[in-house]
Order: sequence, then C-alpha cells, then structure tokens
Amino acid sequence: MSPTPVQETSSRAPKSQQSLTIARAAGGEAIGGTVTATINGQEVKVPLGTTILAAAEEIGVRIPTLCHHPDLCVAGVCRVCVVEVEGQRTLQAACAFPITSPIKVLTHTRKVRQSRRHVIDLLLSEHYGECYACGRNNNCELQALAKEYGVDFFRFGHPSKPKYEIDCSSYSVIRDNNKCVLCRRCVRTCIDLQEVGTIEVAGRSDKSYITTFKDKPLGSVVCINCGQCINRCPTGALRANDPTDDVWAAIDDPRKHVVIQTAPSPRAAIGECFGLEPGTPLTYELNTALRMCGFDRIFDTNFTADLTIIEEGTELILRLHKALVGKDAAIALPQFTSCSPGWVKYLEHFYAEYIPNLSSAKSPQQMFGAVIKTYYAEKHGIDPKDIVTVALMPCSAKKFECNRSEMDDSGFKDVDYGLTTRELAKMISEAGLELPKLSKSDFDAPFGTATGSGVIFGATGGVMEAALRTVIELVTGTKVESLFDKANIIPVRGFEGVKYVELPITDVGPVPDILKHLVPDWNWLKGATLKVAVAHGTANAKKVMEDIKAGGMFSECHFIEFMGCPGGCIGGGGQPIPTSPEIRSARARAIYAEDAAYDVRKSHENPDVLTIYQEFLTDGPCGRKSHKLLHTHYVPRGKYIE
Amino acid sequence: MLMTDRERLAGEIKALAEQHDNCRTALIPIVQEIKQKYRKLDDFAMQVIADQLGIHPVEVYSVVSFYAFLGSAAHGKYIIRLCRTISCDMQGKERVMRQMENDLGIRFGETTADGKFSLEWANCMGMCDQGPAMLVNERVYTRVTPERVHEILEECRRSFGVHATEQKEVYLV
Ligand code: SF4
Ligand code: SF4
Ligand code: SF4
Ligand code: FES
Ligand code: FES
Repeated sequence: MSPTPVQETSSRAPKSQQSLTIARAAGGEAIGGTVTATINGQEVKVPLGTTILAAAEEIGVRIPTLCHHPDLCVAGVCRVCVVEVEGQRTLQAACAFPITSPIKVLTHTRKVRQSRRHVIDLLLSEHYGECYACGRNNNCELQALAKEYGVDFFRFGHPSKPKYEIDCSSYSVIRDNNKCVLCRRCVRTCIDLQEVGTIEVAGRSDKSYITTFKDKPLGSVVCINCGQCINRCPTGALRANDPTDDVWAAIDDPRKHVVIQTAPSPRAAIGECFGLEPGTPLTYELNTALRMCGFDRIFDTNFTADLTIIEEGTELILRLHKALVGKDAAIALPQFTSCSPGWVKYLEHFYAEYIPNLSSAKSPQQMFGAVIKTYYAEKHGIDPKDIVTVALMPCSAKKFECNRSEMDDSGFKDVDYGLTTRELAKMISEAGLELPKLSKSDFDAPFGTATGSGVIFGATGGVMEAALRTVIELVTGTKVESLFDKANIIPVRGFEGVKYVELPITDVGPVPDILKHLVPDWNWLKGATLKVAVAHGTANAKKVMEDIKAGGMFSECHFIEFMGCPGGCIGGGGQPIPTSPEIRSARARAIYAEDAAYDVRKSHENPDVLTIYQEFLTDGPCGRKSHKLLHTHYVPRGKYIE
Repeated sequence: MLMTDRERLAGEIKALAEQHDNCRTALIPIVQEIKQKYRKLDDFAMQVIADQLGIHPVEVYSVVSFYAFLGSAAHGKYIIRLCRTISCDMQGKERVMRQMENDLGIRFGETTADGKFSLEWANCMGMCDQGPAMLVNERVYTRVTPERVHEILEECRRSFGVHATEQKEVYLV
C-alpha cells in the first residue's frame, strides 16, 4: 500500500558532517555484534556502539545527565555525566562514549562524584535565578541535580544580579538567558529536530550565550512558535508566554462570561502534572476542575475539529472537482492541512509560494472562537463583547495564532487567550484542586457532543484519519467499517516521520444533502485513487515540501496532513515537561482509546455540527457565511528579515 | 543599500558558494572573501550566505561571532591588530598603542572617519620573541616601535593610490 517515502539523505548537511547520533544497533545479529561492558563490576552485553549511558541504564544504574535528551543528537557539552573508564586518562562523558570494545566503567567513584559536583557548582556560579520565583520550580533538571548532589553552598559563587535582558517579544516563547546553562538542547531542537534554525550559540567561551540571528527579538525573527525548545530546556531559561493572570482576572470579573474550550491532547497529558503516568486521560475530571475554577462554560474543541473536517473536506472536494472536472490548472493541489499554527508559520516563512495549497479553513481553536462570539452569543443572548474565550491547547504556537491580526472575524478578537497544558495545571493547583481525585462531569451544551474523529486530531495522522472517515463515507456511501476494521485507519497512524497511503475509489454513492449544492454527482471520482500523506515535525514537513518542489511522489498527492510538532499535538510545545518518544506514545494511546470509546466516531455524524449548519451556517460548508467566519488567509513572510 | 547593490552582492555570494559546491564547509572562506571586499558583513549578506549553503542565518552569525577576526561590524580598509598578550605587553605595546591612537586620532575599537583604518586588539600571534607584534590585514609586523608606526601607516596610505594593489602574502619585516 505504501511505497517508502523520502529518503533520509535529504538532510542539509553532507554525510560526514551530519550530527552524530549514536543509534543502537539492531541487536546481537547486527554487524559487529555485541560487546561486554563491565559497569561497577557488573557485566552487561550490549550491541556495539551503545553508549555507556544506555548500557548503565540497562542494569539499573542511573548516570545523571543535563545536555542529553532522548529526542536529540549527542552533544557531550555539560560533563555532568562523567564516569571513570579504565585505561582512559581523563573522565569520559557517558552520553557521548560509544562502547566499541570490552570496557570497565566506574560510575560513582570519589573522583566522579567530586567532578560532577564541581560541574554543578560551576553551572550554578553563572546561573541567576531564584527557584521560588521560577516557572520550573520542582520541574527543573538543574535544581534536581543540585539536590541530588547535595549542593549546600556556592563553591564558585552565585550571581547576585541578572546579566541578560529577558526577551518577551514573542507571543509564544520567552527567553531568559540568565537561567541558561548552555546545554544547547534548544539549539539542537530548533536546528536538527525542527529544522527551523532560530537559535544558536553566539560568542565564545565564557562569553557565549544563546541568541537569535543578530540578537534580534524572538518576535521578529523566523520562529514558528512551536515551543519544542521550551519542552527540551532543562531549566527555566525558556518558557511560554503565560496569560494565566489575565485569565484569572476575567474569571474574577462578574461582567465577563468566560468560556473555555479544551483540546484532546492536553486532556491526555495534564495528569502528568499531577503525578500520574503518561497516557492517563482526565477529560471529564478536567471539566469539573474548570467549573470549580470559575469558568462559565466548558466546551470541547472536538466540536470545531468536526467542523474543520467538514469545511476542509468540502474544500478538498471542491478543489478536486475544479481540477478534475473543470480541468482548471490553477487549482492548487495537494491541499495542505492548516490546523497547526506552527506548520502554517513554517510554510509562510520557508515555502510561501505554496500558500495557495494551504486549506483556507481555520484551525479548530479559531473556528471555536468565531462561533462562540457569534452563533453562541446570539443563541444565548450574550453580548459578545462580554465574552472572554480561552483555549486550552497543547501548543505555544496557538498563542501566536490567536493574536494574528486577521483572527477577528466575529468582530472581536476571536480567541482571547491560549493556555498551555502546563499553565492550566498551574491554575488548577492554585485553586487547590487535586485533579485526579475530582468527580467526572460533562461538557456544556450546545457544543457538548463530540466525535472520536475530533479526539484523534491530537496525534499525528489523526486529522487525516478523521478526514478519510468522512470523505470515504460521503463519497462512496459505504461505511468506513467495511474498509477498515472498526473504522481504525491504521496506515495513517504511528510515529513514522512521513506516511503515505493510497485509497482507490472503486464505487461511488449518492451525493449527501449537505453537499448537494456543490457537486452534482460523484461519477468523476469513480476509479480514481486518493493519495494522501502525513508528516509531523517541521523537519519531516521539509522533506515532503522539498519532494513536492522537485516534482516527486508527494506532488501527486491530493491531501497532506502536516503537524508542526513531532508526534503531532500530543508532543506539543505546551505539554508537560519532560517529553520523550515513550511519553508521546503513551499520550497517543490514551487518545486512540478515547476515540474507540465514542459512540459517534465520524465528524459528519456529529448532531451539533449538523445543527449549526441548519441554524446558522445556512448556506452550507464552504458557503458565504462559513467563509467569513471559519476560513482565513495567510501571510507570505519569507525567510529574509530586515 | 539600493536594491541593485543587494542583487549584485547576492550574485557574488551565489557565485562564491557555487565554487564550493554550496557546501557548508565553505562558510568561513566565503565570509572572509565578502568581508575583505565590502569591509563588513551585513544582515543581508549573512542571510544570503546561509541560504546558499543550506544553513540558517543564525548559524552564520554564530560562527562569525565565534571568531574575533570574522566579526560582522563594519571596519576600515586596513585593520590594525596589535598584540596585547604578555610578551608584547612587556616589550612595549603600550607605547605603540599611544602612537597609533595619536597618529590616527581614534581609539582602539574604532574606525577612522574616512573608513581607512580600524584599530583592534589581538591576542598572541606566535611572534612573542619579536614583540611588540601586530597585524595589518594579513601582514605581520614585528619589533614595532612608535617610530615605525608612522612609516607603516604611510605605507598603507600610499597603497590607496590608483595603482595600488592589495598585497596578500604574509611576510615579515
Ligand atoms: S531554572 Fe531551575 S534552578 Fe534556576 S531558578 Fe528556575 S527552578 Fe531554580
Ligand atoms: S519555538 Fe520552535 S521555532 Fe521557535 S525557537 Fe523554539 S524550537 Fe525554534
Ligand atoms: S535555553 Fe535552555 S535548552 Fe537552551 S541552552 Fe539554555 S538551558 Fe539549554
Ligand atoms: S549529559 Fe553527557 S555531557 Fe551532558
Ligand atoms: S605575546 Fe604578542 S605575539 Fe605572543
């Protein structure tokens, strides 16, 4: 079904210069076989090339790390992980030492402990920050190291005043270099993982610091606001732009009607902030918590996720119709999804010439804002100027998105505040609520019903799966279940960087009522093969875009889902810290489990969605009214800045 | 900068990058070349270089800010770099410095108003036995005395004439 997508060689660097990732060989049979390491006297057999760090982990020996991160390439810059290796004159960094011959390692000798302590003391001698006034208090790797190694005084001193100005210019990310330990995780995230390349180290030696191009404010350089750097920063040097004070103020103001929408990914992750295992969904406990915090109405973003599917799906059908039947060469295909604001800004910067390919449908967050301040306000007789809309999102780019100047189609700022999972967890704690222990309660009407399709938006491939469930049924008239067991479209799931799926359309059905005014029949699709692809993380998006530019296989696609963050929203920049491949998988499992539990699992079957088309968006999907409220336009930004 | 200047600069960078197969290892030679010609490396140039080499502008900035000799600030046609490390210091770099500042009417770290000379500090350049040592662009001068400062500056000034050519090779005086 799926030929191998893009080759790995599309990396920007020549092979010899590609960042060194020490991949674990495939097992005992791999070339080179295994090697024995003796760690603290205990023998362990590992595949050749395994790092000391990974080998030690295997036998339950934990070596502390700071610059190491499971998502990133090896850096070996912090030296917190040093160990003694027999035959080596100096201590070695365990995270960067591949075992290639039998070795003897000692992980906590006096020399090792002392060196680590000195490394930590040196880091602290340059670290300006007071833990109790820091967003990462209790969730900070530097703080944890200091505790673990019993730092009880500052051997090499401690700065008494800040050295750097805090950069608050971005709607999404705040940079405070005073707390930076120069581990370069953010740099590797932004350059290697996301391939955006916003931040790097400037200067040399003790004068080096993390910065943007020519030290310009983050808000004015090429940054897609994905917040992936925040999620990988071990300290409080990077944090999201936190609007919780304003949200509290709105809640405390009796004249304001404060409405919150919650996206599926934060619900699958917020438990982690309360000590639960990753992958414990707390959707309904969260509703109770939000009511207790004082929000007036709690809605499910899934409602507009379903709406997005209808709008975006209709748009796709219209494009295909114009291109295939109307033979209009100007129609931009493949159509790209537009619900990830990080991806959207990435495209606006790096591939602005492809803006016509972006679906004009707004993201679910923004659709919700527009619907609340119009349809909902009207229906409930509330003056939209008194409504404050808050969005709980897994994402820091959503903060930027809701502040985009074009997002005011309701006549007001459609979404007032974007809250991340971490920020809401803080609000809940502040309200003294123990989230996991709360009773369950439902969402509020009139957007109470959601479908499983909306839920899976949170994982990479989810939007595609939701769209396919709807498009297949609308076009073929047959149930998805007859093609895919339990309507689970497995080929688009999973964490492979780029996925490609072909779906032949053998039979067509009657055109459903909702689309009757747009297409006369489906005969033109009979015998066609629908080609779709899914990419997550902008580095993978880049591979697909380069392929499209070169006229490769992806240029033949009809529809491509792009998500800015690795793993999709469940791995978003606003999610609980830490994040790792395992944690992302656990969150995805929670999301797919939630989907399976829904009675209605297809967007076009959501009764509330059908109602809104009957009552409000009366000229149907992609009609005039929905175009005004639910669709948007984009800004070609380019990658050059003045 | 006018649009046409920008286009010319971009064209030049493009040609340079192509000579090096648009490989990121060519970053330093390209930066050196552009700096030598334009005596500065502005934001636009850095972005074009990044674009041509398939890297990000901030990576160019990172490298340029790492090497003292690649700094992105504008400088004069002649950059005079006087060694301030201990041997040269003990052999009288202070006096050379004062003479230089007097002659040019600028302080270290500054560029003359006519854009001809910049004064900068450098660290040990391996000429410790023949200090005080200094560099004028790529030329090394050793055993510099306040008296010789005038002579060296004159030599540079002479090369501003119409027939002057840039001397590239390094030689000792
Ligand atoms: S970054 Fe960590 S160590 Fe520094 S002030 Fe914040 S919590 Fe404390
Ligand atoms: S938010 Fe994303 S694009 Fe911006 S600096 Fe961080 S990792 Fe890079
Ligand atoms: S900002 Fe954070 S991730 Fe980046 S180098 Fe500093 S401490 Fe590390
Ligand atoms: S964790 Fe190994 S050097 Fe930083
Ligand atoms: S100290 Fe000046 S050249 Fe070595």
